[in-house]
Amino acid sequence: MSNIPTELKYTRSHEWVRTEDDGTVTVGITDHAQESLGDLVFVELPEPGGVDSEATVAVVESVKAASDIYSPLAGEITEANERLADEPELINQDPYGEGWLFRMRPADEGAVDALLDAAAYTEFAAEE
Amino acid sequence: MSDDTDLRRVPLDALHRELGARMVPFAGYAMPVSYPLGVMKEHLHTRERAGLFDVSHMGQVCLYGADAAGMLESLTTGNIAGLKPGRQRYTLFTDERGGILDDFMVCNAGDHLYLVVNAACKDDDLAHLEAHAGAGVRVESRFDRALLALQGPAAAEVMAELAPDSREMVFMDARPLEVAGVPCFVTRSGYTGEDGFEISVAAEDADTLARRLLAYEAVEPVGLGARDSLRLEAGLCLYGHDMDTTTTPVEAALEWAVSRVRRPGGSREGGYPGADVIAGQLRDGVDRRRVGLRPEGRAPVREGVELQDGDGRGVGRVTSGGFGPSVGAPVAMGYVETGFEAVGSRVTALVRGRGIPVTVAETPFLRPGYRR
Repeated sequence: MSNIPTELKYTRSHEWVRTEDDGTVTVGITDHAQESLGDLVFVELPEPGGVDSEATVAVVESVKAASDIYSPLAGEITEANERLADEPELINQDPYGEGWLFRMRPADEGAVDALLDAAAYTEFAAEE
Repeated sequence: MSDDTDLRRVPLDALHRELGARMVPFAGYAMPVSYPLGVMKEHLHTRERAGLFDVSHMGQVCLYGADAAGMLESLTTGNIAGLKPGRQRYTLFTDERGGILDDFMVCNAGDHLYLVVNAACKDDDLAHLEAHAGAGVRVESRFDRALLALQGPAAAEVMAELAPDSREMVFMDARPLEVAGVPCFVTRSGYTGEDGFEISVAAEDADTLARRLLAYEAVEPVGLGARDSLRLEAGLCLYGHDMDTTTTPVEAALEWAVSRVRRPGGSREGGYPGADVIAGQLRDGVDRRRVGLRPEGRAPVREGVELQDGDGRGVGRVTSGGFGPSVGAPVAMGYVETGFEAVGSRVTALVRGRGIPVTVAETPFLRPGYRR
């Protein structure tokens, strides 16, 4: 069973979301997602700027296939994890840590609460 | 997995599941795409040591009878009658327009010809052979047999222990051999660009043999995912992607599989479907060619991506592409129109609306490890 930290929020497209002290959120893909994708070889990082909820903002590619990454919230992307350009394997090695994808400032801070909690995501991932 | 109940099972199905393989549908079979090691490490391990692949989904066929070679020559581009006992050759089934129906390996096994054809084509190939087999040829499918491929620089030392006579074999040799006491038919060939062996074995002996091979520290099980990246780095075509009935051997840059004796002026020229089309193309050239492609940067350029010239005009399409773990960069192959086929030609691949510079490159992308 993959690791699903209880303090994070999740999407049905397998992103995780962590609210930081300054009100921004950090986004990555879950352990379950990196496991099913396999070894990642390329990450197309998001551009800073405004995005809608569920907009395609990045792409991660394994040896075999490309997968879209969606913005979990509407808001403004402020920063991408530039290390992933040369070290996409960080996502496989540490999906909730050094493998984070981007940071964003949500348009509505309360919107995070509407995302899945760990229990709901665990159930979703198991059924999929 | 719960949705693979309609899929056919290979003889090693239980072993794959025991080894923790991720099973996926492929050509009607549940097949291991990767093991817990993962595609990347499985690929690299095969290049450094040895990988064991189950390719039992592929079609094994035997042709018996005095007319077998002649009959096969009437359907293929190869010199089959001249294939010496104990030797293997790559050849092509063609159709009346010169399109490729399948690519396959054929061995002269002494009293019969032994073929290994693609999984997705095997039923059609068998019907094709049976339709053309006259009274002098007997076609026997061996679809029930297992086929294992042991590939990589350590394959030879492992095989030398389990089948000492394998040491006498060179690239594209074929012979019956006992491997770990199990009767097998072995060829020194494969689909990875490495030295290695393909081992045909009765279904009931496959598990015993696979476990004996996997007991060696040098040998790891490797799935179809790494098989694809290995063959792509080796510049080897995948049927249904890099060629099919809409491409001819000349367009597919496989004219080397049109044997000299079957070409115009050869002692047994023509006499296979589409021979006139292919002869014309050998003489006059073609409008497009399959080439190797090296994209700039790290982004893989995959099958279906359009290739453009400097003015944004479409000049070709990628037919196989991905990241080459041993090359350490993306690699691809595809078709480009005449004028862009020379090594060093520059085109642009459109990936998600962004232009990636791509250079036409030599294949294989790595130096093969074949023992000739």
